[in-house]
Amino acid sequence: MKKNWLSYPYLLWMVLFVFFPLLLVFFYSITDRTGEGLRFTLAHFRRFMEPIYLKVLTRSVKLALISTVLCLMLGYPMAMILAGNHFKRKNIMIFLFVVPMWMNFLLRTYAWMTLLERKGLINTFLSWLGLNPLNLLYTEEAVVLGMVYNFLPFMVLPIYSVLSKIDKNLIEAAGDLGANQFTVFLKVIFPLSLPGVVSGITMVFMPAVTTFVISRLLGGGQFTLIGNLIEQQFLYAGDWSFGSAISMVMMIVILLSTSVITKYEKENEGGGLW
Amino acid sequence: MVKKWPILLLITLVLTTVLTLSSCGQDNRVVLNVYNWGDYIDESVIKEFEKKYNIRVNYDTFSTNEDMYVKVKSGGSNYDVLFPSDYTIERMVKEDMLLKLDYNNIPNAQYIEERFKHLDYDPQNEYSVPYMWGTVGIIYNKTMVHEPVTSWRILWDEKYSKQILMLDSQRDSIGVALKMLGYSMNTLNLEELEAAKQALIKQKPLVLAYVGDDVKDKMIAGEAALAVVWSGDAVYMKWENPDLEFALPEEASNLWFDAMVIPKSSKHQTEAETFINFMCDPEIAFKNADYIGYSSPHREVQKMIDPELLADPTAYPADAMLESYDIFHDLGEYLKVYDRIWTEIKAH
Amino acid sequence: MVKLLKRCYAALIYLFLYAPILILIIFSFNASKSRANWSGFTLNWYLELFKDRQIMKALYNTVVIALLSSVMATIIGTAAAIGIHNMKKLKKKLVMNLTYIPVVNPDIVTGLSLMLLFVFTKFPLGLFSLLLAHITFNLPYVILSVLPKLKQLDKNLYEAALDLGASPLHAYHKVILPEIMPGIITGMLLAFTLSVDDFVISFFTTGSGVSTLSIIIYSMARRGINPKINALSTLLFLTVLLLLIIVNLRTSGNGANKKRSDLKW
Repeated sequence: MKKNWLSYPYLLWMVLFVFFPLLLVFFYSITDRTGEGLRFTLAHFRRFMEPIYLKVLTRSVKLALISTVLCLMLGYPMAMILAGNHFKRKNIMIFLFVVPMWMNFLLRTYAWMTLLERKGLINTFLSWLGLNPLNLLYTEEAVVLGMVYNFLPFMVLPIYSVLSKIDKNLIEAAGDLGANQFTVFLKVIFPLSLPGVVSGITMVFMPAVTTFVISRLLGGGQFTLIGNLIEQQFLYAGDWSFGSAISMVMMIVILLSTSVITKYEKENEGGGLW
Repeated sequence: MVKKWPILLLITLVLTTVLTLSSCGQDNRVVLNVYNWGDYIDESVIKEFEKKYNIRVNYDTFSTNEDMYVKVKSGGSNYDVLFPSDYTIERMVKEDMLLKLDYNNIPNAQYIEERFKHLDYDPQNEYSVPYMWGTVGIIYNKTMVHEPVTSWRILWDEKYSKQILMLDSQRDSIGVALKMLGYSMNTLNLEELEAAKQALIKQKPLVLAYVGDDVKDKMIAGEAALAVVWSGDAVYMKWENPDLEFALPEEASNLWFDAMVIPKSSKHQTEAETFINFMCDPEIAFKNADYIGYSSPHREVQKMIDPELLADPTAYPADAMLESYDIFHDLGEYLKVYDRIWTEIKAH
Repeated sequence: MVKLLKRCYAALIYLFLYAPILILIIFSFNASKSRANWSGFTLNWYLELFKDRQIMKALYNTVVIALLSSVMATIIGTAAAIGIHNMKKLKKKLVMNLTYIPVVNPDIVTGLSLMLLFVFTKFPLGLFSLLLAHITFNLPYVILSVLPKLKQLDKNLYEAALDLGASPLHAYHKVILPEIMPGIITGMLLAFTLSVDDFVISFFTTGSGVSTLSIIIYSMARRGINPKINALSTLLFLTVLLLLIIVNLRTSGNGANKKRSDLKW
């Protein structure tokens, strides 16, 4: 199919608005502004290898991974329910899924605080039942909750859109050949939904690693994540070079790790990763 | 599903048409671009200004000094009036980013209290006119803290483990630790900074959270016993929850100012000065101070506000107290040092 | 029984999503500015909201930018996805990695680098630069939504249509497009969502006089969010719900023949 020209507008766009800015970031990361002018150096990258920064990186990746897995575990069944014929107005249910996201994120996070605080609504409800109040806010768990809340629709929607068009004859055929519901899922439905799953994981994991608002608000600023670190460099420390270096490292780390996930895709339908 | 397109298009068309028409009528008035903190002005004041001087005002907001600084420094924008804080003004003066004010156009500046002229960051008042000011102190819940609060050290008291809220701001929190140890909030001495870092790391297990503006709601709700807050916020918090009390520690604290400046990128210096002058008009300044609730540096305003508020040391502390207070200075290259310390504390 | 379980699960998920929204709405009627104190019911904030010119302008900007950028990103992105789908492996890898960059990069890096690009090329910052920035970070999400649908597509369908005498354009319109439509819709919804909620990138790529709702809200970070914003969010939410109900009533007739595509499990 000679349709490569369809992607030309996009390619042009990417070169202008993604590639050139990327070059800019790369340029900042390998240069140093000294008294005499510019100097090429790898010092910024080496600085990132210090234990404290690696600690921040590991924590960010860990939290992002947990959030992504949770999103997948919670989101996949939801996508299946949406794709099934359980609701008469499917499109409305999809829309209703996304509408909460149109309310400003800061507002919704503050609302979560009202729910999770020591004297918040959840604890008030628990003590009304006679149970002990829980320490829900300012924990790593709260940060994960925030991430899952924020990214769930990004996992559910791609999976749903793929599930909704799986040829149901394949499922019936598998059933006819003697497979029970579980085997049908494992051997037919799940493999066919993989393209959606991979997209979902991509759209959740990548931004989850670099988010910083959630950890700042729900984590009580106690967990510096890589997103916080980068923001600090650009705005507070004025160290654009170091900030750029961290960003470059992030890009490489994430792109490499995503390639591991997509290795499970069929060879000839690769999503373009390594 | 395909049937949705006509409806979507119709809505889009209607929206765009209606709203384009409403924004039509481009006038030939001068347009003044004002850049201020969010929710930091009485809105009606802007409309009054526009009517009185026939100048249109584009009012934009920023969330931190640093955001605003990057935006203005990069050169892409053309703001006429900015409302930075003390240390940012110092930095902008150093980097030649501001215009010198022509006080012939700002006669109302005479209303600024004498003690607020010749401040560290702008000794000759060449570039700025103060807008709001305040201090940093400890707010505490009287029902949870049964001893007098006189020193920063109470924030390191293990008795209040997980009942302490610190500010999620590098300079403010490191500043508190420095003051507790008896050092200046602007120190460049690496040993003193190291001591402050160790103190903050030691404190971390006792801290419930490092918060931003939600410290107000937290203390009002009684979620914590002690918190570091700005004096203006303390006034509001005490009003919402009478159990709260504000204290300025004996080791002294931070004195802060937000002031009006004109960046070099401005194309309407005269109009900008008119705006600053307007903001210093007693009636207008009072409206702002009343709405915002922070302390005003304006002599006439202090005559107009509720005498109870004027007598409250939270909002208007005695002159003598403020002698030893530190105003933040621009740290220049040492910003990186402070940042590194903050990272080590937070990542611990 | 299983059906009940499924409905319960779905209900729980929706509750999870909407709980904060309910709280948000409730506090728009709180007389006190603080969310820690309930000091009485009031409609004051709604009145204040309509007097606030800045917020109204920002609302207009936000909606316009979100609509335009998501529609344009969808058009360019869908075309791109189709093109990428047919690329050779190596080129595909390169393009996809480039596509991931805006998703991987923290907002601040994307925002600052775009700002520098505009400043460097003397492109004026304003509504248009804001639009360009929004389209840029929306594109990858559209592509990531449409691509899996293309992979799911049976290649033979298209060729069969050509064999039966359809022109390539006609075959596209009648065969490919309907099949990938869920992906396109998903992509557009996600793009719109991202656009409405973005702060950092918008902050740095917009010009004076052009603010979005997000910028106004995040700028209140130092002072605390004014409940006017809660009032606005409540109104927006109700408007969207209303629109959904209207649309739903119109398309209820078409529900019957859509059942064939439901996934039975």
